[in-house]
Amino acid sequence: MLTIHNLQATVADKPILKGLSLTINAGEIHAIMGPNGAGKSTLGYTLGGRPGYDVTGGTVDFLGQDLLELEPHERAATGLFLGFQYPVEIPGVSFVQFLREAANAQRKGRGEEPLSGGEFLKLAREKAGLLRMDMDMLKRPVNVGFSGGEKKRAEMVQMGILDPRLAILDETDSGLDIDALRICGEGINAIMRKPDKAVLLITHYQRLLDYVKPDFVHVLAAGRIVKSGGADLALRLEEEGYEAVVQETAA
Amino acid sequence: MNVAMTLPTRKHEDFRYSDLAALESVWPIPTQEIVVADGASDTLQIVETGAGAVARHVSITLGKGAKFDLRILSGGPSYGRIAIDVRLADDADFTLGAAQLAAGAETLEIVTEVTHTGLNATSAQIVRTVLAGKSVGTYLGRIAVARGADGTDAGQSVRAMLLERTATANARPELEIYADDVKAAHGCAVGELDAQGLFYLMSRGLTPAQAKRLMLQAFIAEAFTGAPDEATLSAAALARLEAIL
Repeated sequence: MLTIHNLQATVADKPILKGLSLTINAGEIHAIMGPNGAGKSTLGYTLGGRPGYDVTGGTVDFLGQDLLELEPHERAATGLFLGFQYPVEIPGVSFVQFLREAANAQRKGRGEEPLSGGEFLKLAREKAGLLRMDMDMLKRPVNVGFSGGEKKRAEMVQMGILDPRLAILDETDSGLDIDALRICGEGINAIMRKPDKAVLLITHYQRLLDYVKPDFVHVLAAGRIVKSGGADLALRLEEEGYEAVVQETAA
Repeated sequence: MNVAMTLPTRKHEDFRYSDLAALESVWPIPTQEIVVADGASDTLQIVETGAGAVARHVSITLGKGAKFDLRILSGGPSYGRIAIDVRLADDADFTLGAAQLAAGAETLEIVTEVTHTGLNATSAQIVRTVLAGKSVGTYLGRIAVARGADGTDAGQSVRAMLLERTATANARPELEIYADDVKAAHGCAVGELDAQGLFYLMSRGLTPAQAKRLMLQAFIAEAFTGAPDEATLSAAALARLEAIL
């Protein structure tokens, strides 16, 4: 589904990703862990096409397309969803209005019929229920006045409505209390754990992985994946720390 | 504001940023007089979406306790000038909500002079300007509070959004206060669309034009909130935004 080969990227002329390679197949859940400054968020933003994240080398194939050639909205229409670590507040624009336009823009990009107002609200209500979010919150301006946990749950509701093939979730677990962590974890499973979908979880901690069991865990350090393993690698990292595991690889 | 019969020059403060050649084509500007009797209310909606040059001057006199709600949508004219004079007696209330949406080489301007002559009158002006291309958008707003007009509450909220760095926004709020116990809140800002917000919306599948349009709709919405015919104004503003993006 996603094949990243030797990806190099800079932010403000500073090299952050230095030859990152990763393959994600349909039906798989991958977790990328790593110390601060390793390039985890840069990977998410680079794959999402954020301006200011410049690709200086390597290739990314997503569902047979050259992902790097696409504009951010085209990446979304192709089936990519980027869950933000810090969801942006947009005063004056309601979730319902924005998500209906976004869903229909994606459908148009794929040559599908737009959703009617009624169809959209039904879909939104169903996905909000999945994340135990009150539908009234989706009538409010995008993320304005939401707590950290509410913002992350709203990200998952958006993911449910937009129904992507691949979700890259950047620290979805940060800022969540224990209950919200479980609700988000269950939401990810319900929406994305399907044979034709895949997830890339970017996280610092093992705790989200208790709810969303990864098939593969990778350690990102200094812009490269330095170690890959199964779910047990996350447990070892939690116990021994990044430094010990990364050192072992270098030796 | 005195509307002289001779064509103004750049030296006239109220015409400093005008397109003087276009102004000449519509000179002299007729004055539309509106008088609202004591205790009465009235509204006016000005929608200028044609392409030709246009200049209007509206002079409004509000009696004691009178109310007036004025909404303006100006987007389309190569040159569009709307000048408003208002005089408020005791306890009168004036609301202005205006949006100017310009592109290309268009010049749009709103020039207001709001004079509080009586006690405890209130005025609120909200002006939102969106400028693309090499357009120029101007708001000149003078609030005069006469001697003895105590208890005046006069607000001005003026914001302009530049879609390109080649566009120009001029804003000059002015206060002349000769009374006591006066509230005169005024805010004035010129900015650009938030890049983070745009990327967030685009990452969900909106095209760049859709993302900008949605943020601009939100930006100008306040000018039309509570208008007697908010739906018509919003629809006309939406059509204009889609044309300039």
